[in-house]
Amino acid sequence: MMLQRKNRLRALSLGAVAVSGALALTACGTDDTGKAGGSSQAANAGSVKCDNAKGQLLADGSSAQKNAIDAWVKQFSQACGVQINYKGGGSGAGVTAFNQGQVAFAGSDSALKPEEVTASKKVCKGGQGIDLPMVGGPIAVGYNVPGVDDLVLDAPTLAKIFDSKITKWNDAAIKKLNPKAKLPGLKIQAFHRSDESGTTDNFTKYLKATADWKYEGGKAWQAKGGQAASGSAGVAQGVKQNPGAIGYFELSYAKDMSTVAIDTGAKAPVKPSVESATADIAAAKVVGTGKDLSLQLDYATKAEGAYPITLVTYEIVCDKGNKPDTLPATKAFLNYIAGEDGQKVLSENDYAPIPAEIIGKVRTTIAGLN
Amino acid sequence: MDIKTQTTDAPPPTPQPAVAEQKRAARGAGRPGDRIFLGLSRGSGILLLVLMAAIAVFLTYRASLAIGQDHGNFLTTFEWNTNLNPPVFGIAVLAFGTVVSSIIAMALAVPVAVAIALFLTHYAPRRLRGPIAYVIDLLAAVPSIVYGLWGALVLVPHMQGLYGWLDTYLGWTGVFSWDGGAPRAMLTVGILLAIMILPIITNVSREVFRQVPRMHEEAALALGATRWEVVRMSVLPFGRSGVISASMLGLGRALGETMAVATVLSPSYDIQASLLDPGGGTFAQNIASKFGEATEQGRDALIASGLVLFVITLVVNGAARAIIARRKEYSGANA
Repeated sequence: MMLQRKNRLRALSLGAVAVSGALALTACGTDDTGKAGGSSQAANAGSVKCDNAKGQLLADGSSAQKNAIDAWVKQFSQACGVQINYKGGGSGAGVTAFNQGQVAFAGSDSALKPEEVTASKKVCKGGQGIDLPMVGGPIAVGYNVPGVDDLVLDAPTLAKIFDSKITKWNDAAIKKLNPKAKLPGLKIQAFHRSDESGTTDNFTKYLKATADWKYEGGKAWQAKGGQAASGSAGVAQGVKQNPGAIGYFELSYAKDMSTVAIDTGAKAPVKPSVESATADIAAAKVVGTGKDLSLQLDYATKAEGAYPITLVTYEIVCDKGNKPDTLPATKAFLNYIAGEDGQKVLSENDYAPIPAEIIGKVRTTIAGLN
Repeated sequence: MDIKTQTTDAPPPTPQPAVAEQKRAARGAGRPGDRIFLGLSRGSGILLLVLMAAIAVFLTYRASLAIGQDHGNFLTTFEWNTNLNPPVFGIAVLAFGTVVSSIIAMALAVPVAVAIALFLTHYAPRRLRGPIAYVIDLLAAVPSIVYGLWGALVLVPHMQGLYGWLDTYLGWTGVFSWDGGAPRAMLTVGILLAIMILPIITNVSREVFRQVPRMHEEAALALGATRWEVVRMSVLPFGRSGVISASMLGLGRALGETMAVATVLSPSYDIQASLLDPGGGTFAQNIASKFGEATEQGRDALIASGLVLFVITLVVNGAARAIIARRKEYSGANA
């Protein structure tokens, strides 16, 4: 009996090896297609200025900008040979790591809070942590209603849908905004994030600024009802899978899906796109003091072609007192991503470039980092 | 045969001469090999106690930090919001969800696992035993995140039919009423957990049923028992404590399962009367989904919830040991 069991164990381990081998191979496969997709990298790589960049950079933070950072890192490390390791563990984790001095820069969906700035003074000798807006992005509202391709919603209706006050697609409020659409009597399933997220934070900030949204904002979803799913990918998949579903996520997750055009009060409803998001960020005010460039977005914008549900993610660095061994590489990398080539990479990846006036200030600030 | 000592929980009563021998060995009065082995095994035993104590101390300390700040009642609040000032969080929903999903999983998995184990040991043709056991072992080797993905992509869409059926015939109970939302609810989680804990319960039960002394079975057969009567009168009583141990191993897995639940459930901080309505949550799922963006305080709060899970697990294990101890007279040791 012993012998029989041993044989079975051996067969089992063989099976396990085969399965894991197959999985490893598949993983390689997807990675390769990703590399092939960035065809413009060879052409751009020549224009990256490396200065004295060397060594290895550690960074952590917002997962919303992870895809953008990945695209940048690929080109930058190819040109300069500097390894940049951006973990994408979330904005909270990024700021914590930054304030403990573990990373050269952090990514965050929201600007540093006053107490976080105070904490950063310990790490930045003689200076403090500052926010540099680097990546913009529209938060698309995707939906799955059979037979409806163009859907227009405004902020009050969106708020009622996500607060479970409107429960059927043929509700009078939706009909009023879409007189031509054939709306079915389907139950609305509003999907939100189950994990804490800057996307939720920005989406609810928009609802709070423009509609009757009685919940406190923040990264955790607070309204009752609806369905929750983990990560933007989870929400997008939930919407795709369930007729009657609606959910919010970054534009890059909205492939093969209809997205809501927002009636902002402008002449025409605005669809989420890289351009309409940049148009919205252009109207943002810089509210940071000194070298800090944190932005206040105008969620209630009525400007033509400006998409109001937009998020900006920041890179957080020290204005003074960056670690000498990582400073050259940090500066070179930030210079590259704030530069024309770097910002162009954004729109290729469904992110919105930061408008010229603001990015100009960012460049000046980067030049003064020490 | 090889894992006999693990599966029958009650150690065989030691015959008298062996006690004297053990005592001598315990004094270390042996050859160097004995003394070294004694030291190593004693060290391992102590290490285990130290580890458990360290975990308990760490959890209690960090938890006490968080609970001191909590503005709600930690045990009864239906909310988890550690970023508020002052923060409000409570484990009521999580404890409910953890217990309910585990109960569903046990209710579904234990009968099936025992049936499979009985089939494999007493009914299956010899040719089938190997392949089925092999497949069950493979089931145990699948990582939980893969179960989660399968659950979200395959199981959830295919639950619609079952949910509709339950709603039609059992909706009046309230427990099985369904409003047509995506079936990402406690029942789906329970079914997924049941599939996940099936292999461990099956395997251990099978080993236990194999230990049934042939004499018992042959005696029953000689008295004219049918095969089912043999199973009922000699195999099941003999294996009962082993099956309970096996179920506890499975229950431990179900209580602590994280990624699969986080992928399949639609969590929220309220308790749904119906098992088919989305909502609820479990300790492990909540920790997994909140940890990434949590602040220092949020982490302490999550650790506090982890402490409660730790306590629940201890209580469950203690209860299981008590049950097994009561059924000692049936165990293989006396056979």
